[in-house]
Formats: sequence, C-alpha cells, structure tokens
Amino acid sequence: MAKIIDLIKYVTFWEILKGMSITLRNLFTKPITVDYPVKPKPAFQTYRGIHALQRYEDGKEVCIGCSLCEAYCPARAIEIHTHQDPNNKNEKVVDVYNIDLLRCIYCGLCVEVCPVEAIVQTREYELSGRTREEFVFTKDMLLDMGRKYSGKEVYRAYNVNS
Amino acid sequence: MDLFSIIVLALKIFLVFGAVLTIMIWQTWAERKVIGHMQLRVGPSSDFLGPFGLLAPLADGIKLLTKEDIIPTKADRSVFVLAPLIGMATALAAWATIPFGPQFSIFGREIAMSISSLNIGVLFILALTSVGVYSIVLAGWASNSKYALLGGLRASAQIISYELAMGLSIIVVILMAGSLNLTDIVNAQGGHWYIFTIQGLVAAVIFLVTMVAETNRAPFDMAEAETELVAGFHTEYSGFRFALFFMAEYINMMIVSCMMVILFLGGWNLPFFVVTNPLLGVGIFVAKVFFFLFLFYWLRATLPRLRYNELMKIGWKVLIPITLVNILFTGVMVLLFNKG
Repeated sequence: MAKIIDLIKYVTFWEILKGMSITLRNLFTKPITVDYPVKPKPAFQTYRGIHALQRYEDGKEVCIGCSLCEAYCPARAIEIHTHQDPNNKNEKVVDVYNIDLLRCIYCGLCVEVCPVEAIVQTREYELSGRTREEFVFTKDMLLDMGRKYSGKEVYRAYNVNS
Repeated sequence: MDLFSIIVLALKIFLVFGAVLTIMIWQTWAERKVIGHMQLRVGPSSDFLGPFGLLAPLADGIKLLTKEDIIPTKADRSVFVLAPLIGMATALAAWATIPFGPQFSIFGREIAMSISSLNIGVLFILALTSVGVYSIVLAGWASNSKYALLGGLRASAQIISYELAMGLSIIVVILMAGSLNLTDIVNAQGGHWYIFTIQGLVAAVIFLVTMVAETNRAPFDMAEAETELVAGFHTEYSGFRFALFFMAEYINMMIVSCMMVILFLGGWNLPFFVVTNPLLGVGIFVAKVFFFLFLFYWLRATLPRLRYNELMKIGWKVLIPITLVNILFTGVMVLLFNKG
C-alpha cells in the first residue's frame, strides 16, 4: 500500500508541487530584507549613534564648556578647549569641541554626564570615510548634526522609559 | 515574390527579433526579481537601477561589454570563438518558424503570423536545438580546462538522452495533428487542446521535464553546476562571449516555452474557443509563453540540482519507456477514432 502511495506521489510530482507551493507563497509574503540605501532600516529608540551638539531656540549653544564629558570619556575621544567670555564672567566660550569617532566607543557616558543636556546621540549609523581625519567631528559638524536632528527623537540621558 | 511580400517579410523579421531580444533582456531582470521574492529577498534594488531595478539588465550589458575579453593561451582559439556564436545563431534561427497568432488579411492579402510557415517546422526546431548543443560541447572542449570539459561532457550526455524523450513526446502530437507544420498543429487543435486528452497530458508532462533539461536550467543545470564545476562549460569565457551563452540560454527558454504552448496548449486559442482576432491571439500566446517562463524561474527557486546518475536514470528508465508506450497508445487511438 505504501509503495502504491509512493508511486502515485512519484508520478504526480507530489513532493515537487508541495515545494513549489511554498515558494509561491513566499512570492506574496513581505521580504525580510530591505531595499537598503533607498529605504534604510530605522534604528532603535535608544540607539546611540553619531553625537550632536544642541542649541537653544534663540540659537545660543547649550554647551557651557564644563569639560565633564572630556573627563568622563573612557576612550578619551573628546577634546575641549575653552576660554573665559570677556563680556560675561559667568560663562565660558567653547573654542574647540572635537570628537574622534574612531576612538569613540559609543558608550553614551558623555550624554549621561552632561549637566545641561548639550550633547546627545542621534540615530545616525551610516559612518564611512576614506581618511582618519574625516572621522574627527568638529564643533561645527556636531552643531550641524544637532540642527539636522532638532525636533527628532535622539538618545539623551534618562530618556529610557524604565 | 513581389515588393509587398518582401516588405511584410522584413517587417515580420524586424518585429519578431526586436520583441525576442527585448523580452530576453528583461527576462534576466524578471528572473532575479521572482527568485529574490521567492527567497524572501527584494531582488534588484531601486537604488541606481530605476523603478524596481528595471535598468539592471542595461547595467549588466554595459558591464559585460566593457569587460576584458580573455582567450586562454592554451585554448583552441578558433573553436573557442566559434562556440558562443553557434549557440546564439541556432537560438535565433529557430524563431523563423514559430507562429504567434492566427493569420489575418490586410489589403486583400493573407498574412501568416510567422516569418516562414515551414512544412517541417517541428523538425527544423528540433534540429536547431540539437546543433545548439554543439556550442556547449565545443565550448567545454576548446577551453582546455577541466571544469569546462566536465561541463561539456555532462551537457552532451544529458541533452542527447533528453532530446530523445522530447522528440518521442512530440511524435504523439504529430500523430494526432497529422502535420509537422506548427501552424497546422495549432489549427488542428482549435479549442480542444491536446493537453486535455490522456496521451496529450502524458506527453505534455514529459515535454515539460525535457524542455527544462534541454535548456540546461535548474534542476537540470548539470552543465553549469556552479557548486561543483565553477561555471561549467563557460568557466573560461568572459565579457561578451559569456553574454552570448547567457543570451542563447534565455532565448532557448523562450523557444521551448513557445513549443510547449503550440504543441500542447493550443497556441493562440482559448480552451473550447477559437480566436480569430490577430491582436487578441498574439496576446493570449504571449501570456501563455510568459507563464512557462515564470515556471522556469519558479522551478529554479524551488528545486536543488539533480545528481548526475539520477538525471540519466530518469531520462532512460522513466521518460523514454513512458513515451514509447504513449506513442503506441496514441497510435491505437488515432487508428480507432481517427482523432486524438
């Protein structure tokens, strides 16, 4: 009996048709890969990508030049140079704010330690270049990132819903 | 032959070859897209390649044309150059007899929808596909490479054994139609396709298996066998010589699909309904051919490659005995009822 069933299955291409039905079903299901450069996959809510420096709404930089992030950075990726503001003795002016993204380990400690939430981490994960110098992000580049991501969800300290 | 018929003939040749080459080019795109989605991928991307990656074949063409054309030092130069040309020439020449639709009259003249309505159309196409095998065998031999030689050997053995079963399954149709002319075969079927009869169905299934084997497509792609033989018979080919093999394979796929439609599925006719409108007829014909092209991709996405001895076993021990019995059965049926 089993032999007869096997013969019928052999003659009617039963197993092949079964396999073909699976591939046909796959044809109409959503692909699990994405059309990457055109439709990039959105990063997770707490993704720690490239850093950004923020500004107040009046255009003033949030960073007060306290150098806490420089001191905290475990990879020593951050470099800050400041001088005293001659007009306002309570404030410092940030001359240089460099983050070497090749040194950075994206731990997020700079974001956590910042007392004024000046530095945040965006969800930008496409980072490539041809030279090492391209990866040293200066203050202007970081402020540009901040403008690009103003109003959007970014990684800041204590924004995790816990 | 007057001027009018020469113009009509030139127009037919232009239209047929234009359509064939255009469809062949976008077949490569369609295959990638279909197989991609069947494997839950997206296939050709729309990044640089236009909507749905439709320009992918053009990018392929540019790449292949600008690639370095390498002829191995130890290769048999003249045969190496000749082999892809044989494949392409035979693949294109076979289109001369294939009818695409019902004949119609214009300016008081009857015009058949095939370049030439040969009386031995079936034989002509079978002969050309047989000669096409030489392109693979010669390519494998002339490359002077072990992988290519193995691919060529496999192709010769496989195609010879499967061509036998293919020819024998076509004999069933010839017995029922009483003609070797492809147009006559379609007209003899009318709305009652041969696939609706028992012997026709058996012959159609065997033809389906052998046509996949004949075109060296998965699961019968023993001659290429990427996983075992690098690229089989075209391992040493590059640039546009490789492209010629590639194009010949896709054009052959279209030819055997056309043969399938003409021999078993009533050509341009609907089931139980004869189509006389030429445009509608061509549309139906093309739709049927496209279904079989889709079937080729579908099989490739589904089935793994057969082992070589299994392939020969199926060819000689299963397909040929069944077709021989089928021919006998058809002969008896035709003798008793004088029809299929």
